Amino acid sequence: MKQPILEITNLHAGVEGKQILKGVNLRITEGEVHAIMGPNGSGKSTLAAILAGREGYSITEGQIHYYGKDLLEMSPEARAREGVFLAFQYPVEIPGVNTTYFLKAAVNEVRKHNGLSEYDAMEFLNLVKEKMKILHLPEDFLKRPVNAGFSGGEKKRNEIFQMVVLDPKLAILDETDSGLDIDALKVVSAGVNKLKRQDNAQLVITHYQRLLDYIIPDFVHVLFNGEIVRTGGKELALELEERGYDWILKEELQTA
Amino acid sequence: MTATEQPFIATMANPILEQFDRVAKRSANSEPNWLLPIRKAGLSKFSESGFPTQRGEDWRFTNTAQVAKLPFQLSEKSTSESLTSDILNDATFGSLGGIRLVFVNGFYSERLSDPHHNSNGIHVGTLSRGFETAADLIKQHIGKCASNDDNSFEHLNAAFFQDGAFVHVSANVHLEEPIHLVFVSTEEASGATIHLRNLVIAESGARFTLTENYFSIKGVSYVTNTVTNFVVRDSAFVEHIKFQDESLDAFHLATLHSDLGAASRYISHSFALGARLSRNTIRSKLNGPGLECVFNGLYITRKDQVADHHMVIEHTQPNCASHEYFNGILDDQSKGIFHGRILVQPEAQKTDAKQTNKNILLSDSATVNTKPQLEIYADDVKCTHGATIGQLNEESIFYLRSRGIGQETARRMLIHSFAGEIIERVDYKPAREELDQLIWSRLEQNPRLSENKQLP
Repeated sequence: MKQPILEITNLHAGVEGKQILKGVNLRITEGEVHAIMGPNGSGKSTLAAILAGREGYSITEGQIHYYGKDLLEMSPEARAREGVFLAFQYPVEIPGVNTTYFLKAAVNEVRKHNGLSEYDAMEFLNLVKEKMKILHLPEDFLKRPVNAGFSGGEKKRNEIFQMVVLDPKLAILDETDSGLDIDALKVVSAGVNKLKRQDNAQLVITHYQRLLDYIIPDFVHVLFNGEIVRTGGKELALELEERGYDWILKEELQTA
Repeated sequence: MTATEQPFIATMANPILEQFDRVAKRSANSEPNWLLPIRKAGLSKFSESGFPTQRGEDWRFTNTAQVAKLPFQLSEKSTSESLTSDILNDATFGSLGGIRLVFVNGFYSERLSDPHHNSNGIHVGTLSRGFETAADLIKQHIGKCASNDDNSFEHLNAAFFQDGAFVHVSANVHLEEPIHLVFVSTEEASGATIHLRNLVIAESGARFTLTENYFSIKGVSYVTNTVTNFVVRDSAFVEHIKFQDESLDAFHLATLHSDLGAASRYISHSFALGARLSRNTIRSKLNGPGLECVFNGLYITRKDQVADHHMVIEHTQPNCASHEYFNGILDDQSKGIFHGRILVQPEAQKTDAKQTNKNILLSDSATVNTKPQLEIYADDVKCTHGATIGQLNEESIFYLRSRGIGQETARRMLIHSFAGEIIERVDYKPAREELDQLIWSRLEQNPRLSENKQLP
């Protein structure tokens, strides 16, 4: 029996008095890949930010449960330790913090939380070496400060690299495809697909369909004006690519 | 910049000036005869200008009134036998090995030093000994470096300096181990003033690292007034690491001149951790084409500390690069001051100059005054500058937390990284590693930063 990982019920949320999410419902079960698509300003990134625990949003109604626990009660670090991972749309540069140091600290926080012993430098290196190859990262990458001076593509690959290393239960990809050329897109997708198992799930947020050629979703949801207005299979993404978002909106208006 | 400094109340300066007779007598007895006129000139310039005041642009943000109130008694030769080589070996850079000169309260300590006199093209000894062996060379440089600046502490130094280091490395000589200049104060009572003068000459193609370490044994109020001149000839490579960790009641007034030759490389680091007031007046002249220099600094202050870096970098030749990076971490009601001016003369085409000053305030009462300036008279240059003052970046904290790192740890990691950015630029690895550990543990001592003990 597969367990539900994430259950979002009637989520209403906003920022600075502006209502952005207006009753989102979403249920993600183990082994599933979900895609959320939608035009700019529909609330996609807000949803990702709220799931990761970014401050500054007010939740006015609704609930989010993660493995049955109230996710909104958990700090960002508690969520991460329990297996929530957000690949940032705009990864942050942290000059002065070396990537090894940062990622080893993160891995060990998660391990400690799970009652496992912390990795020493050697064990950590063994863990990451293979994974660096998957994402075509240069050898000196671990010695460089986190994202500092990286190109847009390198930053996105670094996000997925961290994701692969931390091996989350729920991976959320916020517009990971933006700014990537087709080769980088393939590399990034290969990383994401390596992670796919029967006991975890992925939530892919994107504006365009092209990422979904490589990361095949089980469900596609269309988020519009703060609500999920349609849910379908992977063919829905293709339809959106061909016809744009307008036809759904027209249909919505007719049924409303 | 042209505002003239108003003389401080003349009576304040008088007891200082009266001590000059003693210095003049010593000079007449033991120094080359060209030095006394330089001392006298320093004295007369100082008595004209007095201590700087905040009315002058160069000292606008730093109140020197508390310095002017000090008695300025010249320090006396210490008879302190309690200062052991163990204390020096435990001090910063003390275990790194290399040539070492130790000055106790401004007086050279033969017992504690390990000099190197005139062999293999390396000379590291005292300035007073240099007057006997290399008077002509020293004469060329001493006094000359004093620019047109109205730097009254430098004038005061010219009049009164006791001694200092004289370092001369011959052409193409490379030193594997650093040269250490150690300035320790064992003053037990408040009020003494230590005037030091150092001259470092790197001939063409010479290559070495030099450290300057200022620290005190007792927590008393005294003044260090130090002037260090670097002459870096063509194609030489000199790394200079200054570490100032004096008593929180001490005053540290430093002037650093560098005169840089063609295709040379000069990296100068300033780590300002100690002293009630520390002021580094940095003046650099890029006098040959194709050279590269870096001024890199970190100040970490708390309580009532004031850390001031005042810098003028003058590009006079084409194809040179100068990069300045200064970061400050300020706590309590401490204050940071940064003034950086890059002056690009008309001949200095293809100049690549960059200047940043970044500050983190750990408390609501800490303050920073920052003033990066570009003054460019050439038309084909690449110059940038910028300054930031603020709390830690919330977005960076969130990023670290979203990877499972706790909030406190994330904060500490970012503060450490802020210091780390500067420490990373130290080229000489053993010094870099020592500074990294030392500054990490110094930050750890801050109760605001040490709530969580999970990190090394």
